[in-house]
Amino acid sequence: MSANTLVAQLKQGLDAPICLTWEITYTCNLQCIHCLSSSGRRDPRELTTRQAKAVLDELRDLQVFYINIGGGEPMIRQDFFDILEHAEMNNIGVKFSTNGTYINAANARRLASMKYIDIQISLDGIDAATNDAVRGVGSYALARQAMDHLREANFGPFKISVVVNRHNVDQLDDFKALADSYGAQLRLTRLRPSGRGAVSWNDLHPTQVQQRQIYEWLINHGDTVLTGDSFFHLNALGQALPGLNMCGAGRVVCLIDPIGDVYACPFVIHDQFKAGSVHDLGGFTHVWRNSDLFLSLRQPDSAGACTTCGNYDSCQGGCMAAKFFTGLALDGPDPECVLGHGQQLLDLATVKLIPKPTMDHSRGVGLSTPRPISVR
Amino acid sequence: MSVTLDTAYELDPRVSLRAEPFGALAYHFGNRKLVFLRHPDVVAVVRDLAKYQTLADTLTAIGVHPDRWPSFVSAVDSLHSSDMIRVR
Repeated sequence: MSANTLVAQLKQGLDAPICLTWEITYTCNLQCIHCLSSSGRRDPRELTTRQAKAVLDELRDLQVFYINIGGGEPMIRQDFFDILEHAEMNNIGVKFSTNGTYINAANARRLASMKYIDIQISLDGIDAATNDAVRGVGSYALARQAMDHLREANFGPFKISVVVNRHNVDQLDDFKALADSYGAQLRLTRLRPSGRGAVSWNDLHPTQVQQRQIYEWLINHGDTVLTGDSFFHLNALGQALPGLNMCGAGRVVCLIDPIGDVYACPFVIHDQFKAGSVHDLGGFTHVWRNSDLFLSLRQPDSAGACTTCGNYDSCQGGCMAAKFFTGLALDGPDPECVLGHGQQLLDLATVKLIPKPTMDHSRGVGLSTPRPISVR
Repeated sequence: MSVTLDTAYELDPRVSLRAEPFGALAYHFGNRKLVFLRHPDVVAVVRDLAKYQTLADTLTAIGVHPDRWPSFVSAVDSLHSSDMIRVR
């Protein structure tokens, strides 16, 4: 079976997700300006420890091999280690994303003693100035301190996860060197206009010239850097980047949010992409296998406005979430289309309707509400 | 190629298989590699490796026509090189 046939089959969906993201809390000590889930305050409906363990039991029965735990800051939950241990007991591998604040020496040793645990520390700048402009004052020092603790505890190769933006794109070599110095693995992902990212997008997303720079860097570094397949929109620039080159939303990935709602992917926390809830009759399994939303996402793609462009097969029209939260049509070009088709549409729009995320747990006033309508 | 027809193999105990419409997913909890087994016959061979004396015996038992054996040997070889299966 060729790779293309495999992708065609993956697009029709699997009996269970390959990789599932579970954000276990909306609580966060930071207020990153690009937070996908607009996290900050705790949601009172957050799953209880018992409910969280029941979710893990269901994932075990579905043979979900590993999950990505995130938030919010997942380590803020009092039962964080309970949840990790329950996953481990049930042979579910866990990779969790953290800002590092709560990885002190003791926690680093505890984490190092566990099997099947992988840690991803977020860092968005190679120096405090670049990082803290996005992630908040003091966050660079906290992340580096966590990395030091993990190294001292002999945790092994953790991951350093960078969201590539306009101001850190020139630091990719430095990030790689930093990761190498810790024996860590570098992970680069794409900035999305989701959550608070809708507000910071215009200032942060890489320019057209930088898109090519990212593409070339990824081509040169190939398999030594993880990307979560998030840059396939760049493939129209030449040879395909490593990865499946497809949108996995509702097909091979999905998101369970802190209150148990199930979304197509971590970047689309919006009613339009909500498939159901783990509390529904039949639980997560029923939502994954039978929800109208997921079944529709497993239908063949329509190239829509991209039909006339010869590159649809390489870029697949880009990312659904990036289009949705910039007010573009889902069957048209990505806002960062490397041929400029998305930017053209954004420039032409006189009135742009930008959907507001359904969930917003931002702390404070003013951060939270992207203007629903912006007129250019 | 290091895999041979007259050797005995087994699935690494750290590997889990999950049936899927296209065949199966194999996940190695140690090195965290995920592999797509893209044909039901390959899945059957991998599942039954430990049941028979040699790889050839497994292929025979499952009813794989000898014409197809070379492609199965190379599939098993790539699983061997990613530590999904091992010599027993």
